[in-house]
Amino acid sequence: MATAPKDFRFGNFVGSLIRLILWILVIVTLVGLPLIFIVLFYVPLPPVNGEVLTPYLFFSMMVDPTRTVPIINFLIHTDFFRVAVFPGFTYAALLAGATIFIERKFLAKMQLRIGPLYAGKIEGILQLIADGLKLISKEIIVPSGADKLIFWTAPVAFVVTSAAVVSLIPAAPGWVVADLDVGIIAVFAFLGFFPLIALLFSWASNSKYPFIGGLRALHQMIAFEIPFILSALSVVILAGSLNLTDIAEAQHPYWFVLFLPISAFVFYISSLAELERIPFDLPEAESEIVAGWLTETSGMIYGLIQLGTYIKLYALAALFVILFLGGWAGPQIFPEEIMPGYTGDKIYNATTVNAVFWFTIKTLGMIMLVLLPRGINPRIRIDILLHTGWYKLIVLAFINIFVALSLVYGGILGPGGLLST
Amino acid sequence: MENFEQKFDETIRRGLEIVKETEEDRLMTLSVGPQHPGSGHFRFTIKVDGDYIVYCDPDPGYVHRGEEKMCEYRNFIQNIPHLERPVIHDSTNITYSYSLAVEELTNIKVPLRGQYIRALASELNRQVYTLYWLGIYGIFLGHSTMFMWPLGDRELFIDLLEALTGARVTHAFNIPGGVRNDMPEGFKDRCLRQVAYFEKRLVEYEDIFYNNPLFRQRTEGVGILTKEDAIKLGVTGSVLRASGIPFDVRKAEPYDVYDEIDFKIQYMKTGDSYARSMVPLLDMKESCHIIRELLDKMPQSGEVRAKLQPNPKGPAGESYKRVESGRGALGYYIVSDGTPKPYRVKLSVGSFRNMLALPFLLVGSKLADMPSIYWSLNYWPVEADR
Repeated sequence: MATAPKDFRFGNFVGSLIRLILWILVIVTLVGLPLIFIVLFYVPLPPVNGEVLTPYLFFSMMVDPTRTVPIINFLIHTDFFRVAVFPGFTYAALLAGATIFIERKFLAKMQLRIGPLYAGKIEGILQLIADGLKLISKEIIVPSGADKLIFWTAPVAFVVTSAAVVSLIPAAPGWVVADLDVGIIAVFAFLGFFPLIALLFSWASNSKYPFIGGLRALHQMIAFEIPFILSALSVVILAGSLNLTDIAEAQHPYWFVLFLPISAFVFYISSLAELERIPFDLPEAESEIVAGWLTETSGMIYGLIQLGTYIKLYALAALFVILFLGGWAGPQIFPEEIMPGYTGDKIYNATTVNAVFWFTIKTLGMIMLVLLPRGINPRIRIDILLHTGWYKLIVLAFINIFVALSLVYGGILGPGGLLST
Repeated sequence: MENFEQKFDETIRRGLEIVKETEEDRLMTLSVGPQHPGSGHFRFTIKVDGDYIVYCDPDPGYVHRGEEKMCEYRNFIQNIPHLERPVIHDSTNITYSYSLAVEELTNIKVPLRGQYIRALASELNRQVYTLYWLGIYGIFLGHSTMFMWPLGDRELFIDLLEALTGARVTHAFNIPGGVRNDMPEGFKDRCLRQVAYFEKRLVEYEDIFYNNPLFRQRTEGVGILTKEDAIKLGVTGSVLRASGIPFDVRKAEPYDVYDEIDFKIQYMKTGDSYARSMVPLLDMKESCHIIRELLDKMPQSGEVRAKLQPNPKGPAGESYKRVESGRGALGYYIVSDGTPKPYRVKLSVGSFRNMLALPFLLVGSKLADMPSIYWSLNYWPVEADR
């Protein structure tokens, strides 16, 4: 039971509160307000609806929705918003956080466990934040004889490359950071960086187990890169475009997974290998080579690489959704108007919200599918893995290219086909 | 001319040395353990040429505690708690053969009900040990579900043993003269229910782990130990039975009530890692039958422990008794000089014998096969070091 300290006097308490409020008022009026005015006067702000943003206008807009909405509309159509919030880093990081949470709870259910329970009261929902804080507070140990420059830059490069892949993924029609005409080629170009980073980091660690792990990562990713690209190629043949938005829109009535199931399977297996997830986690095989190329990582270096891995997981799951599951296509479940009678600029756009909803649902489903093998499979051996990659998956991917070509030349899909709109 | 020949020889010799040095350079030496996640309290140095292991040097002894010497300073009863420390997951079996040997030395007759309860505790504890082993085998191959499931089911057997003996892991239940206490009320029903549940679970284990194509790819044809080599190396337990030799101490030299129990020796013929991992599972299945049979044939009432002197002692002499533990034959050789304390105690454990097969099997196999071979040998480092 909480009790007040012996020398507690209510008058002193109220007095201290009053002093605190006084000081806050003094500092805000003497420092804060002039600062805001200086910024608003001297920094040229963009004109909104033909009016120059003055301090007066700014304060009047704060209380008037007809004026606030254009500002918000302006802000959410800036490049900064796309990079930082949606569909850029915040969205990807949120989904990555959701992935970690789902992985823990979902795997725990498979293994007759409970999973994290205490952090955040409800089902351990804040466990990720606790882990992050732990990793930040830990010492980063650099092995003696390590190549310091590469050792420090490789984790950052890992996250940056993952983020670069995310920037190419559209999450709704028109909502993409970089809308390239060669989007899918750019995605594979960025994915090609990962084995390089793994090898560089393992080499820079100056240790035996990371070295073996790095070589394994290189072997694995090169063996699976080719079926990966070939399976996406059949989608490109059907869609007739390299742009990811166009590919998603091209599957309007029928998703490509219906025509190219083998290709989807090859893409799924290859993305598992690309993500180094069980059964393809050879580069981090714990009982053989300690932690593989991550052996010498510690503290936030490990945290960054894990962050990059989960963002990459989101990117590849989203790519699968765009290539095979029709992207953001789905029945319209949101109403056209949420404020009937309101005329003026609107933030709410039913089509976009619907697209984001379906895209997120499909991506989360795909992420679950990527997490599933961890619960049911042991690790595969390196020679069997290479055999699978080079002999089986490439053949399967080629078969699907012929399926795609026959669909296009048979006049079923593609420009002017029977089933295309 | 002679000078030239000398010079020629010198050049050849130096060239050969360089060749040898470069060959040495090709090899990478890896120290697996004692801090490696795939070793346990044990270390072995391996040299790899590419992905192939060309050399292996096991280096046990990290957890040596001098159990045998400690026995000489305590009397026969005081020895029990510390003797089960080498393998606490199988603590009933490691004290079982000790009790048998002491009983032979001191001429103690164990009551029939005591013998049955002893065998029952031994079977239950073998399940506990094998489930632990299986869990570690699963995680060594990267199968985390196979780590969680056996360890979860092991908990149920531990609860049973706790009800029977009073302690979860280190029971100190087998003593010379019988067992410490009788079965609690309702234990038989509880035991039968648990066994029925566990037999269903074993089918699920087979579905998710043993019949998984990836698991079979990793273990079938890996680390083959032929029948002849198994006999030459002197391996025991599941490793020996996996190589096609149906040897089980419970059948070969039946102790206590095992000659009245009807069970089959489970063995496989291939001798690879798959067989070595399969035999413990078959053993667990057979053990379930043995538990049922023991509970059926057990006398419903009676003494469980023979009356002992405070400090039991027998005439000077020696005895050797062994039992089938989770890792194979586990024997005690005890020499007594007529005092209440043993003159010399020698432990012969299955783990150490099985470890001798490790370099033999690892050389020539791939680095990725190391965990599947190592842990399939049913090796418990702490027991081997004693």
